Amino acid sequence: MGEDEGEGGHDEGTVDNVSDLTKNPKPPVEELPPSETPWQESLRLFRKDRLAVAGAYVLLLLLLTAVFGKVLTEWVVVFDPEVVRLPEKFLPPLTVSSPDEISAHDRPFGGIYLLGTDELGRDVFARMLQGSFVSLSIGFIAVGISLAIGILLGGLSGFYGNVRLGVVTVDTLIMRFTDVMLCFPTFFLILTVVALLPPSIYNIMIVIGLTSWMGTARFVRAEFLALRKQDFVVAATSIGARDRRVIFAHMVPNAIAPVLVSATIGVATAILTESGLSFLGFGVQPPYATWGNILADGKGFIFDAPWLFFIPGMAILVVVLAFNLVGEGLREALNPKLRRR
Amino acid sequence: MQAFILRNVLQRLLLVFIVSILAHSVIHLAPGEPSEVDPANPRMKPEDIAKIREAFHLDAPLYMQYAYWIRDLASGELKSFKDSQPVLGKIWRRFLNSLPLFICATLLVWTLAFPTGIQAAMHRGAVYDRTTTFAAYTLISVPGFFLSYIVILWVVDLFGVPVIGLKTFGMELAPPLFQTMDRIWHLVIPSLMSALGGMAILSRYVRSQMLEVVGQDYVRTARAKGATEDVVIYRHALRNALLPFVTMFGFLLPGLIGGSVIFEQIFAWPGLGRLGYEAILARDFPVILTLNFIAAVLTLAGTLLSDILYAVVDPRIRTGLQGDG
Repeated sequence: MGEDEGEGGHDEGTVDNVSDLTKNPKPPVEELPPSETPWQESLRLFRKDRLAVAGAYVLLLLLLTAVFGKVLTEWVVVFDPEVVRLPEKFLPPLTVSSPDEISAHDRPFGGIYLLGTDELGRDVFARMLQGSFVSLSIGFIAVGISLAIGILLGGLSGFYGNVRLGVVTVDTLIMRFTDVMLCFPTFFLILTVVALLPPSIYNIMIVIGLTSWMGTARFVRAEFLALRKQDFVVAATSIGARDRRVIFAHMVPNAIAPVLVSATIGVATAILTESGLSFLGFGVQPPYATWGNILADGKGFIFDAPWLFFIPGMAILVVVLAFNLVGEGLREALNPKLRRR
Repeated sequence: MQAFILRNVLQRLLLVFIVSILAHSVIHLAPGEPSEVDPANPRMKPEDIAKIREAFHLDAPLYMQYAYWIRDLASGELKSFKDSQPVLGKIWRRFLNSLPLFICATLLVWTLAFPTGIQAAMHRGAVYDRTTTFAAYTLISVPGFFLSYIVILWVVDLFGVPVIGLKTFGMELAPPLFQTMDRIWHLVIPSLMSALGGMAILSRYVRSQMLEVVGQDYVRTARAKGATEDVVIYRHALRNALLPFVTMFGFLLPGLIGGSVIFEQIFAWPGLGRLGYEAILARDFPVILTLNFIAAVLTLAGTLLSDILYAVVDPRIRTGLQGDG
């Protein structure tokens, strides 16, 4: 029964008013707000932001690309990113592969290099396809880790903050630890740890995740502190709901909006961080292709083969921009304070 | 007020202690040791490695290594693994190189972000607002080194000026005026490039902060009493909108080290970020450790400063929410 109290209250009020009106034949004095749930309202507001909608379409396209990229480069090898064709290196985009120099087995799909070839004659299109999945999974896994830690610590601090462990409260302990983590310059810390650990794509995901949860923890705590005093939480507690139920059925759904926003922007940041690490030579190591390391490798050929530099660069720019725009669109759409303006 | 400052300082000192322990353990728990950097180097004999391990206490337990580090740091005796130079001296020289870059970039950020953000907020939804919004997001989203490379190519092609490094090699005998001009040219592009990201973010903050303030009652009151638009915006709205930016001073200082790694690498600028990068490549633990520690201490000092400033400019903090510091 508790589920209705948080989000449904608005609906019930509207329904009552409507039934009042049908009983009263008098014309309505004031136009009623359209009956919609908060999520519907957010969706409507999100749709009004054209940049964010465009970003959402780009992300959808990217998701499809990443999935197809994974399938077509690893499971059903149509585009093989690892074939080295030394006679055909540094070919510009849309060059047709010549059948005399390359054996039929090694030729690219359709016999054409859509995005050209790199310094080893590898098909850039195939590498970008493979990289889209790797880059995206770095973003998602890193953000997943940081959200898990952030929500756990922020939630603990917000809900059980007053519990004392010896001399300090849980809240003090967790928030001071958050402060300490915030003291370190994030990129330099990531660089330090990644450089000292053995090179591995999982280490990069984990390190980015472990160093970026502080913001999430802080605002989950703030949301929880505010929500604890709300009537529907007090009511749920007073009818004897267990802590677990109060937290997961009542508080988490209401605290999720800012988390969603920061997760979206977090993926963007993680992709940028990975490209920065690649630039410094500490990124994902071969054979994995990521957009970051294709770009970092391409910078050496900026005069001879500009497409090796500009294609991954523009791809990163567009995707990160899309994530940021969607994130901002969500922030505006989910923020009740900004709605009325 | 004094109690407020004292409490904050004590809290920060405790945090410094915890930070130092954490920094130390992060570096030393990770696998990979300075003696392993160059296993293929034929000049590295086992006795050399043993000598290095002895000299830098690498065989002592972790807490003793920590104690040695603190002792050496405090007495200024801490030596780099790589070239046995004192760490603090190395950092200080690099700091002096980073400083002009940092100051220029900060000035650019703060002088350009405010007018842009205020204008955007004043014309909410107009072409100017939408253009700057989109431009800001693009600048946030572009990989820094991608944009820098493009700009380097463009500037070198168009103006024919050198932009890499601190100064042009071989200019020592040129007249002072030329030397100064050379220095300035070398400074402009790196500081502009490292400022762009911060500029975009800050102008967004300024915009949303202005929007927040413009909707307040006291702004409506100012309009109602007939104040001109400029007075309303710059005297009534802006002054209140500025408050939160005082806290941002705190986050400027650590940018000296962390934010500059990539840009100093691109422009071959021998500053702190590059020192850190070189130290990481060489597994030069004392330098990495000290840099991380100094960055953290700078952040703490910055937040302390901003807390105090905030209390000075906003009386509500002083009287009401002292515990929130």
